Amino acid sequence: MEIDTIEILSTRFMKKVVYLLLIILVMFGCESRTSKTIQADLKDDTYRPAYGDTLIAGSIGEPSVLIPMLAGDSASHDVAGLIFNGLVKYDTDLSVIGDLAESWDISPDGLVITFHLRKSVKWTDGVEFTADDVMFGYKTIINEKTPTAYQGDYLQVKKAEVIDKYTFRVTYEKPFAPALSSWGNLVVLPKHLLEGKEITKIDFGRNPVGMGPYKLNKWTAGQELILDSNRGYFEARPYIDHYIYRVIPDSATMFLELQAGGIDMMGLTPIQYTKQTDNSFFKNNFQKFRYPVFSYTYLGFNLKHPWFQDKRVRQAIAHAIDKSEIIDVVLFGLGSPATGPYVPNTWPYNPNVKKYEYNPEKSKHLLKEAGWVDTNGDGIIEKDGKNFDFTILTNMGNNLRKNTATIIQWRLKQVGIKVEIRMLEWSTFINEFIDKRRFQAVMLGWSIGIDPDQYDIWHSSKTKEKEFNFISFNNPEVDELLEKGRRTFNIEQRKKAYYRIQEILAYELPYIFLYVPDATPIVHVRFRGIKPSPIGISYNLYQWYVPKKLQRHNIMEP
Amino acid sequence: MVPTLFGITLLSFFIIHLAPGKPTDVLTEMNPKITPEARERLEKLYGLDKPIIEQYWIWLKRITKLDFGESFSTDRRPVMEKIWDTKQPLLERRLFITFLINILSMFVIFVIAIPIGVSSATRQYSFYDKITTTFVFIGFATPSFWLALLLMILFGVYLDWLPISGLKSMNYDSLSLLGKIWDRGSHLILPVFVSAFVGLAGLSRFMRSSMLEVIRQDFVTVARSKGLHEKKVIYKHAFKNALLPIITLLGLSVPGLIGGSVIIESIFGIPGMGQLFYMSVMTRDYPLVMCILTIGAILTLMGNLMADIGYMFADPRIRSK
Repeated sequence: MEIDTIEILSTRFMKKVVYLLLIILVMFGCESRTSKTIQADLKDDTYRPAYGDTLIAGSIGEPSVLIPMLAGDSASHDVAGLIFNGLVKYDTDLSVIGDLAESWDISPDGLVITFHLRKSVKWTDGVEFTADDVMFGYKTIINEKTPTAYQGDYLQVKKAEVIDKYTFRVTYEKPFAPALSSWGNLVVLPKHLLEGKEITKIDFGRNPVGMGPYKLNKWTAGQELILDSNRGYFEARPYIDHYIYRVIPDSATMFLELQAGGIDMMGLTPIQYTKQTDNSFFKNNFQKFRYPVFSYTYLGFNLKHPWFQDKRVRQAIAHAIDKSEIIDVVLFGLGSPATGPYVPNTWPYNPNVKKYEYNPEKSKHLLKEAGWVDTNGDGIIEKDGKNFDFTILTNMGNNLRKNTATIIQWRLKQVGIKVEIRMLEWSTFINEFIDKRRFQAVMLGWSIGIDPDQYDIWHSSKTKEKEFNFISFNNPEVDELLEKGRRTFNIEQRKKAYYRIQEILAYELPYIFLYVPDATPIVHVRFRGIKPSPIGISYNLYQWYVPKKLQRHNIMEP
Repeated sequence: MVPTLFGITLLSFFIIHLAPGKPTDVLTEMNPKITPEARERLEKLYGLDKPIIEQYWIWLKRITKLDFGESFSTDRRPVMEKIWDTKQPLLERRLFITFLINILSMFVIFVIAIPIGVSSATRQYSFYDKITTTFVFIGFATPSFWLALLLMILFGVYLDWLPISGLKSMNYDSLSLLGKIWDRGSHLILPVFVSAFVGLAGLSRFMRSSMLEVIRQDFVTVARSKGLHEKKVIYKHAFKNALLPIITLLGLSVPGLIGGSVIIESIFGIPGMGQLFYMSVMTRDYPLVMCILTIGAILTLMGNLMADIGYMFADPRIRSK
């Protein structure tokens, strides 16, 4: 085969062709959209709640199993959460309120919880929900043969008993504060359908029967799940008749589907939220929301490494990093600086901890105190003849983390620390580096539960392989406070313990807490009744509605 | 063939198990609620606590009964059901979808690339040759995801002529028969076009050089000197011979039929084999990975065999040997 293309490419003609193509492409990119605006006044009261229409949500991942206790991925939990309810749930202010349980009593010593269940709640097949179903779910989750990852909390239960049809009682060995919230939708299963069957061997995970606001109608693998509203839902009949969960693995495609009307709801990336949806088409047709996610990103140090054992070094690095810069550049401002392992404006969050403002001079000073000085004038500080260079490990495929690490690399260079960034495939990262402690510093994130118990991350007993205190943090006072915090149900006492933990963490700096990102969902403008809250927007999906005039999809009505 | 197949499965089994990570990771990694006992229990449930050679033996024994086992992902469905779900209509089974798209795009590639190759070979270094060469190389150099997005914006959002992603529309069930056919067809246009456009260069260049080689051979000169019409020389004598290497190429492209394209399938939201294979590798779903690799190996071997047989028919010289 002859290679004669290079010669051709250099001819003048080719240049013209290339320019022409470029111009055509640019034209496509800039031309303004023909908007399919729905002219509707949001403030008009005549648009009353009405039944009907379909909400189509876009998702990158496909659920794999719709039994909450077996699911490991968020897509499965998203959909299963609409099909199953729990005994309790979180209210919008993050307190625990009743769901299938009307009320509960906790014994004065905190060891016994008695749940009083709602009466006349029905599974979607018409059978009544009773305490036996809770007992059955509990027995299933602690069963040896159930492949579940959520057993831990339930193994603390010493005794579970069905008092009568509507009363369920659990007794614990020791008081265990996260216990109450663990009685969510993980442990409620229809006994009459599953008794005597092995949960992984039957089709229930793809054909579930629940009692939540929606029920599964049809699941087309790889494409979509169609859910119908449960007209007998115990809270109220959901207004929106159908909920379709569409699987679109590519987020750019999903964004185009949103514009073309193929989906009504999706999560936006920071650039989509701030730039690409900042035009009249989106303002007229969509509503955007923003609230902090229950997670944070951090830079964690291997505290077994001699350099990072010195607190002054960790503090110096904190002073050399500008968190607000990271948030502005990486998240386009869609996040807040993290000062500890809790989300700002939630009850365990302590706003008054030691903060490390961006101050390179102070940073250099602290490093000097710790013995790190640039003696040979190469711009990198040394101690005992060794340059201060270390590697930040992070996982591949997460651009936010990659960009954050790059900014940190640049900022640390300015105080004389040389940083290298290494991106690793997730499994390799965890198995070969985190588990074997082969790292100097890591950039990772934690999804945090709503309950503030973080025993597994900070307690000094949790430093074995595969455990989560992989940075080897060890502080007796924190150990004691963690113990205290999970052994009482009294919110004031728990708050005190967690406030103090945050003070210690901010002072000791085992991690540099970087940011709490915001979730940025977008929903079509015809959906009303959405009330944003700290726990998101979809908690009251059954109350969302589309006024009759604006309803779009009614084709699937029987 | 059987020993080759055995070797392929043995190697793939060990290589996929060598990769760090386990199928249970999706449940256990970075999940603070998991206890070490629970992790061990999960691994036992999946049979991962046994030595790898024993795991392979178990797998091999099952395979002789054509049982590919259950997927390790949390849905625990039989692997074959994921690839070829008999409860779904034919048009929505993963293997069939990928087959369809690849055959269609291969068809498009052949229909366009062979004439381009032949005609640019006969007009070597002409203006036409340069134009087509440039055109196919633009296709070769275009990242498929980028082209796909541009076409989606143009045809899906601006013009609103074609659907953007998926296999069928939301209102599919309420359409007439003709509407259904158009609906399915229109969903295939962009994916087929993009994968064909990107694959055009290889085949047309191959055809061109194969043609050039044949044209320079003695028998073509003889044919010309006999005073045969140039058209007859090219299309009757030269073309046939130039097509021979294409048979090999066809044989080699068979495994691609089931592997599909991860990029095209992900970007167009098409639930085919490429997507499934990628996901199964990422989650270390060993039974599924092994099943796809085994089918792929069988198809590759069959493709080779078919190419050999095809050669035999097409070329008397090989037959006589």
